[in-house]
Amino acid sequence: MSTFFATPSALLGWLKSVSSDNRVVAPKKKGSVVLFKPWTTEELGACQDASELLIRSTMSAKEVVFPKCETLYELKATKDPSDLSKLHQELIVPNNATATVLFGARPCDARGFLCLDMPYLQGPVVDPYYKAHRDALVIVTQACSNALPTCFCNWIGSNPADEKGSDIIFTPIEGGFVLSALTEKGTALLAKGGFDAADDAKNTAVSEAQAKAKSQLPAESTLKDIPQKVYARFNDEAFWNKEIEKCLSCGACTFLCPTCQCFTMTDKGNQLDGKRMRSWDGCMASHFTLEASGHNPRPSRGMRYRNRLGHKFSYGRKDGDFSCVGCGRCIRSCPAHLDIRTVLSNACEGAQKKGEE
Amino acid sequence: MSVLDDKERRIVGFLCNWCSYGGADTAGTARANQPTDLRIIRVPCSGRVNPLFILKALMNGADGVLVSGCHPRDCHYALGNFYARRRLETLKEFLPIIGINPERFHYTWVSASEGQRWQEVVTKFTDHIHKLGAAPKWSEVPALKDVKFDLVDAIRPLGCGTHPALAELKAEIKKALPDLHGVLGWRKGYDAIHAEPFLMQTEAEVDELIWGPFNVQNLANFLPKHAGKKIGVVVKGCDSKNVVELLVEKLIKREDVTIFGIGCNGTVDYKRILAKLPEDAVIESVVGGGSGVKVTASGKEYDMPMAEIAQDKCRLCVKPNAVISDVFLGKPTIEPECEDGRLPALRFLDTLTLEERMGFWKGQMEHCIRCYACRSACPQCVCRDFCVSDSRDPEWLTQEDSVEQKMFFQLIHAQHLAGRCTGCAECERACPMDIPVFALKQQFGRMIKKIFGYSAGLDLESMPPLLGYELEEANIKERDL
Ligand code: SF4
Ligand code: SF4
Ligand code: SF4
Ligand code: SF4
Repeated sequence: MSTFFATPSALLGWLKSVSSDNRVVAPKKKGSVVLFKPWTTEELGACQDASELLIRSTMSAKEVVFPKCETLYELKATKDPSDLSKLHQELIVPNNATATVLFGARPCDARGFLCLDMPYLQGPVVDPYYKAHRDALVIVTQACSNALPTCFCNWIGSNPADEKGSDIIFTPIEGGFVLSALTEKGTALLAKGGFDAADDAKNTAVSEAQAKAKSQLPAESTLKDIPQKVYARFNDEAFWNKEIEKCLSCGACTFLCPTCQCFTMTDKGNQLDGKRMRSWDGCMASHFTLEASGHNPRPSRGMRYRNRLGHKFSYGRKDGDFSCVGCGRCIRSCPAHLDIRTVLSNACEGAQKKGEE
Repeated sequence: MSVLDDKERRIVGFLCNWCSYGGADTAGTARANQPTDLRIIRVPCSGRVNPLFILKALMNGADGVLVSGCHPRDCHYALGNFYARRRLETLKEFLPIIGINPERFHYTWVSASEGQRWQEVVTKFTDHIHKLGAAPKWSEVPALKDVKFDLVDAIRPLGCGTHPALAELKAEIKKALPDLHGVLGWRKGYDAIHAEPFLMQTEAEVDELIWGPFNVQNLANFLPKHAGKKIGVVVKGCDSKNVVELLVEKLIKREDVTIFGIGCNGTVDYKRILAKLPEDAVIESVVGGGSGVKVTASGKEYDMPMAEIAQDKCRLCVKPNAVISDVFLGKPTIEPECEDGRLPALRFLDTLTLEERMGFWKGQMEHCIRCYACRSACPQCVCRDFCVSDSRDPEWLTQEDSVEQKMFFQLIHAQHLAGRCTGCAECERACPMDIPVFALKQQFGRMIKKIFGYSAGLDLESMPPLLGYELEEANIKERDL
């Protein structure tokens, strides 16, 4: 694979030129939190320090394909001025997608999109809204040069330089960045940079940086048959209630998670005009499973978290093919300091494989 | 004349059916000349006017809101306007903090026979709103970005040593355990600095209990979940106020809870600790001693004085000892005096103009992801799974990802906590987006203090002011237009 080298200013120059016909979304600091936000051409031009765009984000990047709230369609009615009993009705399906370059996602973020693809692209129905966003997206991933204590991508079959899901991957080294394109989209975008090929010394530096990050990750998980074991806990309410005693059921974890994909649909409007919206929702919210009759099949925090863990690690999953990418966001931002790794280990430990009981 | 050609203003009026609506009718029958800007909504009683009606109107672009009911002592339902007077006055005092000019909201009393008075009220109020002009719109004010608050100095020494009374506390809990479903406390979490709440049910679990600067979570939050069971809880001073408030509001029973307290020397703000470490540092151990902690991370030692890492609320805390307890161990922490309890965000807001304040909240709310962790972390948010903001009918909020919707949710939380919020600041600690939402509650809190001389969570026998009334209110003066 050919690799290219860019100095920090060349990298910023490339992004600036890319921003003329793309929305460039990259990490942006806001106080003590970091969000993936659009950077305008002016902002990129004014940016003196490329490292501003290289920080880890508190929030996942999923908004670029799965907005917090998206209008699915609008209804507009106008009265015919010559005959007020006549109504002219119009259905407007907005095109919400814009060409977007996501810069500075981490390998776990990039893999997160593959998890989102499962329900939205690979199910019996392809979601046209999601697909439009996804088609318009190019993912430029930063391989991690270090790992946080809350990172555990190696538990889910990934690593700090994982290329899966990315269009371009780059590694920061002394003096700049080594980039390589992984897809056609990526090749086209990278070509706009006009960067020089990276020499051997630089490629060696890349391997060294990646090895360092790998060494910082926690020990490989020794858990086996995770999907079956988590599933075997399904009826063990006492287990869930005890593990989840500390949880506030606040749902911050689901909203920060790059793979949480659940939504609700609401309508807004009156007899004449209105719109239908799809917005984030999550299994940690009690109303998520509330039925019209008033019955709630998941009445407690334990039952809700069972779904969260089950959906990530068990239901329809195989070992190593999880719907969690090990980014650790849910650990870092949980007000109760709940660690999904602990719950997962505890769920597996002592649990029987299905059929073994 | 119409709103659209900018000659009229949008003014919403909430009029009680028995007096003011009648008064407006009397004025109409007498063919008294009146401005036409006011859109009247008839309500059974001024007591029916939820302050959120007013906030919603103002958030949605009303230029003014007028509430009018029967004169005090003349309410058709005897007491409705007494309750209304307290709520409306508190709301009026609250408004400036979100950048809304309080003069855009007026409340008054007009009886059914006072056609002429009605004419005067509506004319004067409309004139006043015309003078103020169109209300600034959230979509148009510039958002205030990159806000930084100054660190406030602690009003008392904050410390971190292993508490001498911890062993005794464990012994007391073990003694009480046989009669209890469990005792809520904290233990070491996923690393040495992160503590997690847990329910002690066995002696071995009691041995895991810790006490110190990492016990940040307010365990009162969990009490209503155990309602009906005999339960114990370990509290810091701030947490104990929420226990009191839950008791005052009869959400838990005094005979069901056993309260264990130790004097608190302050807790940490994790953001401040993490900011002192390289992001990939692995925390190995921590020892507390004197006025700070020593954190060992990835083989290096870091000295962290509490003066630098303590939570803001702890810096200004005047109630470090449980205000109510069944078992209190060790020496109580010295309780300092402090007049000014404003946390940095409120201090900062106080220095801004109205428009800047609106811009401040706009800038903050742009980042709100609407997870409602602020709500779930609040021990006084007792509606839990039945929050009005989740209701579709009535629809208080839409799901639109807009500053107005997200801000209105904060106003719902703050308004529902008016006179009930103890200032534990858990809402703000829980926010993953680091939005200073407590400032809104603190504004209500200080206005409640100013008007009623009341602070929540201190006295079991007290009555939250918005649940009561006085025939003559000492600090509420009738306002002329
Ligand atoms: S696990 Fe943590 S972040 Fe998730 S709902 Fe529970 S308390 Fe909130
Ligand atoms: S469950 Fe937690 S660790 Fe896994 S992808 Fe979601 S936020 Fe990241
Ligand atoms: S916790 Fe923060 S981000 Fe979540 S809803 Fe509350 S203010 Fe918004
Ligand atoms: S509103 Fe905030 S400060 Fe007040 S009681 Fe609730 S969590 Fe505590």
